[in-house]
Amino acid sequence: MQIEPASDSSVLVRFGESISTAFFHEVMGLFRALKALDDPRIRNFHPAYASLSIDFDPLRMSFREIESMMESAVRLARETPLETNLVRIPVCYDPEFGPDLDFIAEGCGIPPAEVVRLHSHAAYIVHFLGFSPGFGYLGGLPEQLEVPRLETPRKHVPAGSVGIAGKQTGIYPVDSPGGWRLIGRTPLRMFNPLRNPPTKLQPGDAVQFVAIDRANFDEVAKSESSR
Amino acid sequence: MSAPEIEILNPGLLTTVQDLGRSGWAHLGISPAGAADPMSARIANRLVGNDEGAAVLEMTLVGATLSFRAACTIALVGADISPAILPMFEPVQVKAGFILDCGPLSNGARTNLAVSGGLKVPEVLGSASTHLAASFGGFHGRALRRGDVIPIGTSKPPRDRGIPTCLRELVRRRNEIRVTRGPQHDIFGAEAWRQFCSSEYLVTERSNRLGLRLSGTAIIPASRTELLTEGVSLGAIQIPPDGQPIILFVDQQTTGGYPKIANVIAADMHCIGQLRPRDTVRFQTVSLEEAVAALREQEVSLAEAFRQ
Repeated sequence: MQIEPASDSSVLVRFGESISTAFFHEVMGLFRALKALDDPRIRNFHPAYASLSIDFDPLRMSFREIESMMESAVRLARETPLETNLVRIPVCYDPEFGPDLDFIAEGCGIPPAEVVRLHSHAAYIVHFLGFSPGFGYLGGLPEQLEVPRLETPRKHVPAGSVGIAGKQTGIYPVDSPGGWRLIGRTPLRMFNPLRNPPTKLQPGDAVQFVAIDRANFDEVAKSESSR
Repeated sequence: MSAPEIEILNPGLLTTVQDLGRSGWAHLGISPAGAADPMSARIANRLVGNDEGAAVLEMTLVGATLSFRAACTIALVGADISPAILPMFEPVQVKAGFILDCGPLSNGARTNLAVSGGLKVPEVLGSASTHLAASFGGFHGRALRRGDVIPIGTSKPPRDRGIPTCLRELVRRRNEIRVTRGPQHDIFGAEAWRQFCSSEYLVTERSNRLGLRLSGTAIIPASRTELLTEGVSLGAIQIPPDGQPIILFVDQQTTGGYPKIANVIAADMHCIGQLRPRDTVRFQTVSLEEAVAALREQEVSLAEAFRQ
């Protein structure tokens, strides 16, 4: 574990240089242990694949203090089993919601129904959230489904769209431009700043996609919008 | 009697409601937002008797035209408005019906308007700041438009002391920005670092609250390595493949994959908020100790200014 200042008010803790379950456990363990301290001098946490960034108030805390806080937190984290919260995300894999499903099926040499089966039966983990509020970087995409992103991003990808790019799969939490290949849509609001917590996903969650039909999608979408 | 409200007659280029931002949500991908020049926001608030973190109007490059429905006390701090119809850097009493046309801003990029009592907008995730990319917070999660009406809170008692005289010094525009070494400064090598510290960069038009895109001598790392996405600190200076530095800013994404050569010191972040397109900027390296000392000194100066 390496700890270094990233700025005068931020430290970067690095566990490695690659994506792995081991690093995931280290990052989550440390993140949770530090968050539980609820220290008012700490402003923000940025967990990532193999690192954790911590923003703090440099006028109330020194780099040395953070370092020693880190060391005891890591020790505690290593002794604490990592609890995982399972989040089930309903996804409608209709062609209307997944305009790139056929492209992916062709590229992978399997029928579209098989793409849906592989995608929805895999077990995913949320490595971290970033890029946009509520956007989870998910690990666990079956290798057969890896596809390159679009050459030209779409100007508008509707919120809830489920996509694949390279080794990653994820859900667009808000309307935005996007270059991922879209295979479906969830009726869930992945980010709602008025809800507690504001995101459906938290770093460290386990995720399962559950295939639903269009009627089910419309029903859930309706109840989501009235909350 | 008219309700205490401000009506937007003309929104200017980009006017949003901001306070000092929302901390504690980066792990959910939520950037802090908040005033691009927090020093000016804090000073403006203190001048009208508000808490430093009260909601203000942040105006960018071209100021707004505002109508004050009821008499109130306001303060403008930051870039100069034109014409100079109101004194800046001091509390000013305006009458009901007063119209303030801020015009094009000069000697800086942004001006903050504080009103005694603060702007009354609902807090979202602990802050009144506008998160433009995800459309929440501030005034309905967006930039202000013609016809918008913002309520004002109960006004505070006037300052019983004189007006501090050295406030302009605290927000003085500077084109030399102090930085500390970034997490990937070592992959860039000594030559690239020397280039970075000795070059003059131009702030391009493609600059906004997410980041300032600079143009100048390309900074090329000594070794090309794939960088795993990691957390990004406020004010990080990242180098994308084209070698043109980007100073990440208040609306920046919370994680990123470009190498970061340096980081603006906390004490100079408010200067970033005053850089205009076509301004030039140079970087000066300081140690972490010097950076923290500069921040402490700045806080002391601010406190002293208001003790007069």
